[in-house]
Amino acid sequence: MKQFFYTLTTLTSHWRRRPGQFAALFVGLAVATALWSGVAALNDQARRSYDRAAGALGLGGSPSLVAASGGFFAQDAFIALRRAGWKVSPILEGTIRLGDKSYRLLGVEPLTLPKISSNKMPEGDDLNDFLGPPGRALIAPQTLRALGLTEGATPTISEADRLPPLAIARDLAPGMVVVDIGAAQRLLHRPGRLSRLLLAEEPTADAPTLESVIGETLRRVEADEAPELAKLTESFHLNLTAFGLLAYVVGLFIAHASFGLAFEQRLPIIRTLRAIGASLRALSLALVAELTLLALLAGAAGMAGGYLIAAALLPNMAASLEGLYGAELDGALGLAPSWWLSGIGMALIGAAIAAASGLVKTLRLPVLAIAQPFAWREAQRHWLYRQAALAVLALMGAAAALLFGEGMEAGFASMAGLLLGAALALPLPLAAMLRLGERRARGPLAKWFFADALQQLPGLSLALMALLLALSTNIGVGSMVEGFRRTFTQWLDERLVAEIYFEAASDKDAQRITAWLSHREDVAAVLPLCKAKTAIRSTPGSSWPVEIVGAPPHETFSAHFPLLEAHADAWNSIARGDSALISEQHARRLRLALGSTLEIPTPTGDWRVEIVGIYPDYGAAKGQLRVDHDALSSRWPDARRLDYMLRARSETAPEIMLALQAEFGAGVARIIDQAALKQRSTDIFERTFAVTAALDALTLVVSAIALFASLTTLAAARVPQLAPLWAAGVSRRSLALLELARVTLFAGATALVSVPLGLALAYDLVAIVNVRAFGWRLPFHIFPSQWLEVFALALLTAALAALLPIRRLARIAPASLLAVFANER
Amino acid sequence: MSVISAPARDAAVEGALLRVTGLSKSYLGPQGPLPVLRGVDLTLGAGESLALMGESGSGKSTLLHLVAGLDHADGGAIHIDDAEVTKLDDEGRAALRRKTLGVVFQQFNLVPSLTVGDNLSLQARLAGRYDRDWRDALAERLGLSALLDRYPEQLSGGQQQRVAVGRALAPRPRLLLADEPTGNLDEATGDAVLNLLLELSATAGAAVLMVTHSARLAARLDRRATLAGGRLAP
Ligand SMILES: Nc1ncnc2c1ncn2[C@@H]1O[C@H](COP(=O)(O)OP(=O)(O)OP(=O)(O)O)[C@@H](O)[C@H]1O
Ligand SMILES: [Mg+2]
Repeated sequence: MKQFFYTLTTLTSHWRRRPGQFAALFVGLAVATALWSGVAALNDQARRSYDRAAGALGLGGSPSLVAASGGFFAQDAFIALRRAGWKVSPILEGTIRLGDKSYRLLGVEPLTLPKISSNKMPEGDDLNDFLGPPGRALIAPQTLRALGLTEGATPTISEADRLPPLAIARDLAPGMVVVDIGAAQRLLHRPGRLSRLLLAEEPTADAPTLESVIGETLRRVEADEAPELAKLTESFHLNLTAFGLLAYVVGLFIAHASFGLAFEQRLPIIRTLRAIGASLRALSLALVAELTLLALLAGAAGMAGGYLIAAALLPNMAASLEGLYGAELDGALGLAPSWWLSGIGMALIGAAIAAASGLVKTLRLPVLAIAQPFAWREAQRHWLYRQAALAVLALMGAAAALLFGEGMEAGFASMAGLLLGAALALPLPLAAMLRLGERRARGPLAKWFFADALQQLPGLSLALMALLLALSTNIGVGSMVEGFRRTFTQWLDERLVAEIYFEAASDKDAQRITAWLSHREDVAAVLPLCKAKTAIRSTPGSSWPVEIVGAPPHETFSAHFPLLEAHADAWNSIARGDSALISEQHARRLRLALGSTLEIPTPTGDWRVEIVGIYPDYGAAKGQLRVDHDALSSRWPDARRLDYMLRARSETAPEIMLALQAEFGAGVARIIDQAALKQRSTDIFERTFAVTAALDALTLVVSAIALFASLTTLAAARVPQLAPLWAAGVSRRSLALLELARVTLFAGATALVSVPLGLALAYDLVAIVNVRAFGWRLPFHIFPSQWLEVFALALLTAALAALLPIRRLARIAPASLLAVFANER
Repeated sequence: MSVISAPARDAAVEGALLRVTGLSKSYLGPQGPLPVLRGVDLTLGAGESLALMGESGSGKSTLLHLVAGLDHADGGAIHIDDAEVTKLDDEGRAALRRKTLGVVFQQFNLVPSLTVGDNLSLQARLAGRYDRDWRDALAERLGLSALLDRYPEQLSGGQQQRVAVGRALAPRPRLLLADEPTGNLDEATGDAVLNLLLELSATAGAAVLMVTHSARLAARLDRRATLAGGRLAP
């Protein structure tokens, strides 16, 4: 025990004398953990919020019955079905305004709710309170906070109506208010009306059929949206996790580099300890203890940093998730114990991996060989070849994942293999470059410069690999985001041509509004859209939900609607009623190409259409088909006919919108102008990528720290190598300049390699991962200006990282240089 | 620690602290094995001192390292007390170095990140035999009392060598192995260090095996032996 203690204190005394090295090591490990745990916290938060939103009342996995003609239906159907033995539960949904925000009001009947929803409902006395009078309005705690209200408040939602007293329900999705069905009917002014019936249990085999009970008024809707949404969120999470892992790997490279150097530097201490009788056991215990302590401390600091990162990025992420999936994210971070464990665990594993080789080498070498640089480097002699072999393995893995793998995971795996392989291979071209330089060099100083740089390569290579990873991620993700931005904005411009989009509250309102609009001179065209939902059989036994949109023939579409590929007279064939356009993701999923035919199940029998065009649909998660308006209407008598596009001169658009709302009031359910729609879409987009951009930047910061850590650690070891030059008459200033030149050379060469790697990464992202995640492919753009940026960034990073060690060198006391000779005995 | 039962030997050898018999060692050179020791025999009684001499490259350091259990011999045996060094495992040899031996090396010695005081106490502490008074007495005698809070790099070569001597003696070893402890020092300082080394070893009751090039210094020790051609000649 004593032996262990003194061995440990002797080992750690090194850090006390060289706090800079310790700081580099500590920061490297902490930053790696911070990035990982920050991303993990975000992911965790998003997942939980999403689960909550998905599991929220009415959205759960239950199938439901809705009015065949859309809209609301009388609650008699509910009573009739219950009597016939159908386990259904009534739901009325609507929107209310509280303050200046809209909330979703959900009326439920707690006693008949399906189990997955009812376990979010109050029980016992609380249930009686809920049923009222006066009843309760259930609300999530953060929504209550956002409203600035307290439990028991009864906010007004219109002149005449107030909500029942608010009560907190923890498991409720944010942005939602749940009341008893009766209260909902009163508050939404829909007495005796329902919007759907949830099917709590499948009807038994002997139960009467739906038609025999209520005729054709209701139709069954499967809980089809949940899996689709889940898939999308999964890919979002996978994206983030991949980023977190990448950051962690970069961090590991740092920790590895610093640990390796730390071991190398302490070899004389270890040898002396061994020589005066410290046992191998005490020594290894001390090393492991030191490592664990460091990992725990740095890990804890990293967790704190991760928390800050997550908290800073949460608002963006919340906005992007809300925009993408309609899931509202909890505004405050809640952290699960598993998060803490995983963070510290990663720090420990990271430290162990990073230190393992040094530890093994230290423990295996004979005492006298421990501190002989030759014996130590002996193990590094075949280092380059081993690196190359590992690189080839990683690249082969990447190729295998690409060729044989499926799904997004394989895409990410190939990306990881590519990055790792390239990083491991990096010392090869660098070494070749330096050898060439050495052969070409004339003066003795230049020769020394290259030879010395070559010798430095193993010590710096890990940090350079980290830099390479960060730079190529920067290029890869940068081109993807930039490419997406351009494609998306262009797509929005082409897609959103109409000046005004509105939705009528009912068919009757729609008729009145169109009649009124037709008399207005400032309206150039009123384009009705009709929409229907169906499922297309893909393989026997499975089918894909699809939305079918019918639009009239008009130049708004034929001249502007963005298409990826189409037959020459696509719009004419559409107007004939026997052809359809299909969204890219749907075409990929169903493996449909131009000219394929498709059987669409409709209420009036199957409808055979030819695919005459494929269009990009970056906004939607669901598959979509576009057909002629009249063709769709005639086959779907009950199709939804409430959506309209208005063409007008853009200056008159605001006026028309105001007039419409003044004239029809609640008859216009929703109205929005093009500019606002574009604004909103780009907002969502920007927010989505703000998270990515921030992580991207952080990765670069991490790699700068890696370089700094390595340079600082190496700087101490540099003095003995520089002292002879100094003694031979090279000034400290020139020595420092040479050091700077060396670092810049390394960074520049690394940046050069990072360009093709970044492009490969970008290609993998847009053409493979994206297609597998979202079903559509982005055009692959190249942005050479970005490369220049990255190049400058690399040099800047290197220069900054090198500044401190080099400054110290330039100012080093001659005594320290002399000490080198004094100690040489 | 494994104890080997000793075969019958003559009386002089029987009570010896250190017994080296038929020790051989060769290094692997570029042109095959390079024999350095070819059957070295040596005994040293408790409290006795021996000067080991020989040309540069004759294998003096090698012999010392083998005795300290820092390297493996190719053949022969080394007994310290009843323990056979060559048969001890790594753990046993470490314990031997810690508790029974004090080593002053030719080249490396001190932990640069520990103060002079901590360097002095290091081995004693590892051995669990730290004795503050003895350490202070050593520091006093070695003229290091004013330097206890300095770091090795802030000492002169002679001062560093004195710290190394002090560290080796602090755990009161039974055998002090010293590899040219005064090689880097001027004659006067060298003499002073050697005087101290011998005097303090005597105080501590330690036997001394010291490598030196100087016949003048060697004369101060009880016995002398010269290593040549891989064998030891008295
Ligand atoms: N690790 C090694 N590998 C190969 N040969 C070695 C090794 N260590 C020592 N030698 C060789 O063994 C021989 C003896 O070396 P050793 O250090 O024991 O000599 P020495 O007598 O102590 O010399 P000096 O008086 O110069 O210190 C020398 O020829 C040396 O070159
Ligand atoms: Mg020697």
